[in-house]
Amino acid sequence: MATITYDRATRVYPGSEHPAVDGLDLHIADGEFLVLVGPSGCGKSTSLRMLAGLEEVDSGAIRIGEHDVTGLSPKDRDIAMVFQNYALYPHMSVADNMGFALRIAKTPKPEIEQRVREAAKLLDLEQYLDRKPRALSGGQRQRVAMGRAIVREPRVFLMDEPLSNLDAKLRVSTRSQIAGLQRRLGVSTVYVTHDQVEAMTMGDRVAVLHDGVLQQCASPRELYERPANAFVAGFIGSPPMNLLDCGLDGETVRAGDTALPVSSAVRDEAAHGGGVTIGIRPEDVRVVGSAEEGMSATVDLVEELGSDVYLHCSLPDEGQGVVARAEPRSAPALGESVRLGIRPEAVHAFSAVTGERIAV
Amino acid sequence: MTTATGDERRTTRRRFEAKKWLPILGVAGIVLYCLAPFYWMVVTAFRRPADQYDLSPLPRTWSVENFRAVFEPGTGFGRALLNSLIVASTTTILTLVIGTSTAYALARLAFRGKNLVLSLIIATSMFPGISLIVPLLRLFTDIGWINTYQAMILPSLSFALPLAVWNLTMFFRQMPQELEQAAMVDGCTPGQAFRRIIVPLAAPGMFTTAILTFILAWNEFIIALSMVNEQNMQTVTVAISKFTGATQYDQPFGTQMAAGVIVTIPLVIGVLIFQRRIIAGLTSGGLK
Repeated sequence: MATITYDRATRVYPGSEHPAVDGLDLHIADGEFLVLVGPSGCGKSTSLRMLAGLEEVDSGAIRIGEHDVTGLSPKDRDIAMVFQNYALYPHMSVADNMGFALRIAKTPKPEIEQRVREAAKLLDLEQYLDRKPRALSGGQRQRVAMGRAIVREPRVFLMDEPLSNLDAKLRVSTRSQIAGLQRRLGVSTVYVTHDQVEAMTMGDRVAVLHDGVLQQCASPRELYERPANAFVAGFIGSPPMNLLDCGLDGETVRAGDTALPVSSAVRDEAAHGGGVTIGIRPEDVRVVGSAEEGMSATVDLVEELGSDVYLHCSLPDEGQGVVARAEPRSAPALGESVRLGIRPEAVHAFSAVTGERIAV
Repeated sequence: MTTATGDERRTTRRRFEAKKWLPILGVAGIVLYCLAPFYWMVVTAFRRPADQYDLSPLPRTWSVENFRAVFEPGTGFGRALLNSLIVASTTTILTLVIGTSTAYALARLAFRGKNLVLSLIIATSMFPGISLIVPLLRLFTDIGWINTYQAMILPSLSFALPLAVWNLTMFFRQMPQELEQAAMVDGCTPGQAFRRIIVPLAAPGMFTTAILTFILAWNEFIIALSMVNEQNMQTVTVAISKFTGATQYDQPFGTQMAAGVIVTIPLVIGVLIFQRRIIAGLTSGGLK
């Protein structure tokens, strides 16, 4: 059990000018569940592999507890890792897979047996201990991979998209199992995923990466309510936040054919800084009557989810689109013209140039 | 096809059955073509020496006279078998040790010119062996290697290695790198990860390579013929070529065929033993 610190850690792949991970600064508390999330190629897996010792650190440092582990080989870091494809040893039984690290560490046989048995019980794998990985289902293999990590009782768990090979239903149930297990064991965990729903539901904190640069690291709620920039705003949330490029119109910012009352900071940015991007979550956009204040729009697509209906609408100007949440029973039909009202207090504003958040 | 008559349906079915039998016929043809010379070798070996030009498909009178002739003290055949065994096994072991480490390095390490190295290794196997005889003979005479095992092992090794390295490199390449990484995270040194995870999984590829190398070295003739002139150092292939009949004009076909059978048997047994170890899909199941 230990804290983890990335201290301006950078990785540049040979033959590439752009760093895969650029000056990552991150501190993970003892027992914390941190999720690294981002689109593919953002450097999240590289960051994890740097912590594991499977990837070199070109500059900066990585510390586990008080130890600087930057140059250490993986075996000296006391970490356990769950790989995306599980990487179970095909020629060993489930029990041997789970006990392998202990055998390498020359742990006495009875103790290995006992610890493997305990982990198997925890993961509901007891009746499969003698099987080879090829005789297991995908979900069982995933649990064996988890078991191999747990048996070690390491200081840090690393998980690289461990759920991406499971089907949707199993993924949801395994998601809560892993989160619950981690809380019970209290081992600091770094978890990589490209799925923002996984990130939001599992993490104590979520770190969003883009192009090798950390965008924001905060609690899921903070990330959702106060995204630090337009990228985070567009990445977190499903469906994503509506982002509209807006021009200044006197004292107000104009979105479609409606005016939004905004702070002076936003007005300054719009006037001198090169424009603003206005962000509104779909649930903060609603269909209103023709008498009320709102943008006129046309419904292009109706997405039925059962509990909600999402309307994909186009605004009359510049081909911009807005997604709005509507009540299933009173949802407009495809092609209908609607007025969309915006809750002014729910509006986010970002600089159109830097993407940085501006206080509304 | 509601208007199809019974006749039409019958022809379709017949055509379908013909299609099913065609591949089997093809396979049978190939097997016959490959095995016919072996069959003739075995049959001729079991004929009496007097019948050796007989053309009947089975010997008129079965006889082991030819086999007895093979092991007559004058031929040195037993000693030749031992020599062949020493040369072929040593070559195989050396090829495996060198080939495995080379192939693993080529499959896993990232270094400049890797593909060039691999192409060069393959290119060396394209030299016709016969062109090397004269320089090798000169070299081995100078360093006093004539009539030694190493004079046969070293050239065989250089013929076997390119194919072995190529085979094993392809085999290691398709093995997911995560396996070694998982082992290293589990506390292994790279060497331990190789020994405890990769080698057991590479066993099918290594056995295949071993069999091919052994066959290649066992059947090698031209080097063994050139580098050895003492009877007790010659290998079986050379020994067979030196069998003599009763007179200068008498070709001892029967004896040669019997020797051929004896020489082939170890190979067949070897392949059968190792075949069990070559279990397809040994690596399946560890991933995903």
